[in-house]
Amino acid sequence: MKKIWLIVISLCLAAAGAAQAKEAVRIGLICPLTGDVKTFGESSKNGFSLALEDYGKTGKYAINPIIADDRNDPTEGANSALKLITQDRVIAFVGPLTSKVAIPVSEIAAKYRVPMITEGATSPKVTVYDGKRKLSVFRACFIDPFQGRVAASFALSDLGAKTAGILYDVGNDYSRGLAEVFKSTFEQGKGTIIAYESYQKDDVDFSALTTKLRAKKPDLIFIPDYYNKAGLIARQLREKGVSAILIGTDGWDSPELPKIAGNAIIGGYFTNHYSPERKDRVAQKFIDRYRALHGAVPDALAALTFDATMILLETIDRVGKPGTESITQALSGLKNFHGVTGTISFDKNGDAVKSAVILRVEKDGPRYVTTVNP
Amino acid sequence: MSFLRGARRFLLVSAVAYILVKALFLSGAVTEYIQQIVLFSLIVILASLGLNVIYGYTGQFSLGHAAFYGIGAYASAYLTHLFAVESPLPFIPVLACAGLFSALTGYLIGMPILRLRDDFLAIATLGFGILVKVLLDNSDRLIEVLGGSRGFVGIPRITNLELVFAVMVFLVLVTRNLIFSKYGLFWQCIKDDELASIAFGIDTARMKSMAFTHGCFLAGVAGGLYAHLYTFLHPSNFDFLKSVDFLIIVIVGGMGSITGTIIAGLLWVGFIEGLRIALPSGMLELRWVFIPLFLIILMMVRPRGLIAQKESRLLGIDRAP
Amino acid sequence: MELLGYILQQLVNGLQLGAVYALIALGYTMVYGVLRLINFAHGDIFMFGSFVAYYLIAKWQMPLPLVFMITMAATALLGLAVEKVAYKPLRAAPRISLLITAVGVSLFLEYFLSLNAIFTPNYIAFPRPFEVVDYDLSLVAITNIQLIIFSVTTASLLLLYLLVYKTKHGRAMRAVSHDHETAALMGINVDATISFTFMIGTALAGIGGILYAFAYPQINVFMGIMPGIKSFIAAVLGGIGLVHGAVLGGIVIGVSEVCVSAFLSSTLRDAVIFVILLLVLLLRPSGFFGKRREKV
Repeated sequence: MKKIWLIVISLCLAAAGAAQAKEAVRIGLICPLTGDVKTFGESSKNGFSLALEDYGKTGKYAINPIIADDRNDPTEGANSALKLITQDRVIAFVGPLTSKVAIPVSEIAAKYRVPMITEGATSPKVTVYDGKRKLSVFRACFIDPFQGRVAASFALSDLGAKTAGILYDVGNDYSRGLAEVFKSTFEQGKGTIIAYESYQKDDVDFSALTTKLRAKKPDLIFIPDYYNKAGLIARQLREKGVSAILIGTDGWDSPELPKIAGNAIIGGYFTNHYSPERKDRVAQKFIDRYRALHGAVPDALAALTFDATMILLETIDRVGKPGTESITQALSGLKNFHGVTGTISFDKNGDAVKSAVILRVEKDGPRYVTTVNP
Repeated sequence: MSFLRGARRFLLVSAVAYILVKALFLSGAVTEYIQQIVLFSLIVILASLGLNVIYGYTGQFSLGHAAFYGIGAYASAYLTHLFAVESPLPFIPVLACAGLFSALTGYLIGMPILRLRDDFLAIATLGFGILVKVLLDNSDRLIEVLGGSRGFVGIPRITNLELVFAVMVFLVLVTRNLIFSKYGLFWQCIKDDELASIAFGIDTARMKSMAFTHGCFLAGVAGGLYAHLYTFLHPSNFDFLKSVDFLIIVIVGGMGSITGTIIAGLLWVGFIEGLRIALPSGMLELRWVFIPLFLIILMMVRPRGLIAQKESRLLGIDRAP
Repeated sequence: MELLGYILQQLVNGLQLGAVYALIALGYTMVYGVLRLINFAHGDIFMFGSFVAYYLIAKWQMPLPLVFMITMAATALLGLAVEKVAYKPLRAAPRISLLITAVGVSLFLEYFLSLNAIFTPNYIAFPRPFEVVDYDLSLVAITNIQLIIFSVTTASLLLLYLLVYKTKHGRAMRAVSHDHETAALMGINVDATISFTFMIGTALAGIGGILYAFAYPQINVFMGIMPGIKSFIAAVLGGIGLVHGAVLGGIVIGVSEVCVSAFLSSTLRDAVIFVILLLVLLLRPSGFFGKRREKV
């Protein structure tokens, strides 16, 4: 007799449990887990996972995450996106975080009308190409025209630079775009660009360029590239006796930068999406949890991915029935989302209207200098 | 119809294959992702066939084949952009032009370098490949829309199953006819012993150039089909590793066998893409550890290729018309 | 005066790069001499040398002379292993098979070492065990790194020259590079000589790897590809199979690369090197010092 009751009770509980079971929803993440900007991918994945954990406690749905590695290669990214969309059938995804991968992936997302939120790709071409807005593509960070302007204005007004040299990677759209914007802004502000030199991704010997710069003696040198190249260049500049102030962009944000550059980069400035010193409740809570889990202060990409993922998850909860169309609709009206990296609203291009911060590289890590509002 | 002579079996097999694949696509049993892979494998086969003519039949070791594939891809994409081509029919002359452009480049670069011996030819073609990649990376300085290192986006998707099949069948027949003509015979003579061929009075320089040019033509057409399938081009797609991909297919398939190239191409792309789906993302990097090992072992054990002469009667394409 | 100083400075930069290329080119040229094989994997053995040095310096803080010796031994052993496992079995095979195998070995080394379990695919900062010191000589400035590179390279060259031209082993190497069969008839152990040549060549690449990492302190498993190709071009330029050819070629390529970067545009630097290669292959394939032998 007892046995039957046991079975009946377990069945009831199971049924109750099944009724409570959340509906499953699949979302994706595309990031460079391997390749030359591996640390960005790791940070991104950490931010993504943390957001999922937070959501899991109170969210309406059971999220089934699918993570794809784009190796910071556009073809790999395009293939991953296609697989996520047609094979895994995700209803939305976060990433890619570099512009060169995000641009082709955004074309695919737009074609299939799957919502995509890039957390770190700053080239304007990700959301708008050839005058056409890619309707389902959104961006949780600022764009390079803004970032380059911020850097140039800071150089002109705060650092008082009159002449500048620019070194950029000709094979990287991010680097090129920023170099161009910086140049035009700096020149508009009556500064003179006395050197505008490009190099290739695989170059390690910058002796010719550094010697050139030593001869020309600019006040400031702008290096809009990722941390591995920026660090190497900074070192060689200092070795050749170039004493100009160094200024960079969000690509510098990595714990590896001081390891690669040593003392050469101390005193350099860079624009970034957020500063871990930001006095904000949501930000501090995220930073503390990240630090407890990973033993390090989260960098901008971890924070941005966290924000982008939270935006997506919140939207999934908000809409009646989560699907690609409904989420795209909801995302386009996003206003005043309180994120770790600031208050985020999407403008008509799906880009986030946000402030930038300027950080200064110090011996024990980047220090906050100032905020620049759009 | 001397063009189609002896091709009955091949045409039959192709028709059946087409019907089967089309039915599979229409039934919705395979996702678009897989459909794209199938088309991609056919395109890769076409390009590899070009390398087979250059290397498998004529013995010229080229490590820069991907460059011609890339040139064709970019040329075709530029033409469709320029002339606003959207559909398959007007696309065919574009493909032909892309192929011709690649072929012309091959002819011009071949003139000086084809007289070099194998190892030097290898480095020269490798160097040319790198040169082309640098050119593509900076292409937007010449023509803005080519995109340079930002990539060429917004290419119309014109490639479909019918187009790929039609182009392939046609070009395979053309190649077959060439191979079984006196030219093909000369090519194989050159591969076997160039000095003896010269002694026999064969104009080896001209024959080598012809093989090279034809191979580049095939690569160019394949590139054009590729560009309009993936709708996105980036110089990093056309690097040395891509050349190695083609080389592996030619070697595995057996040099001097069209059937071998076709089968090897299908197997190879299937294997690579299959691994992408099957392997968890952490293990994906192991692909390129095993591929070169496989290559080394293949060279030791079966240098003539994996697919022996016997199987090549399968498709009815490796015999004289 | 300023212009002269600027040009001289760029020349010094070029010599620094050229010296490293020369070391790598020597390995290529020696192996080609005895085996008529372009060892595609040579650039990757150079890379391996940098990584070994990295571990020795960063993890075990070894003194420099020890670092050099152990790295040379490591790269020599790797070269030996590659030769015995991959190339020797194919000695009788057509040359193309050997070439393909060489490509395979190169790719394997790159990707195997890029696995997270082994090295890593990332860029690693190479720790220089000394500070950079700038010596200002009014017209130009030379760093201690450049001095180290020049002195080590020169010393290696002298030793190599002595080895090849003044010792019995060297004579065996030269004999084998002329003709395997006749050398064997003369009582030379061809296999041992080939292995020995390989080891010397790869040991030199190991030194090159350390010096390169000193100069450009960022290593990565794919760092050997371009220097490898350029060094090969250097060897061809100077006359493949000749020691002095490799040195001249290395210097010419290094200086050209830096000059193109300095006076034209950095983006053209690789392109120009290949144009140089094509010109050499077309106009004087036997190289600067090479005798006009068979048609290449």
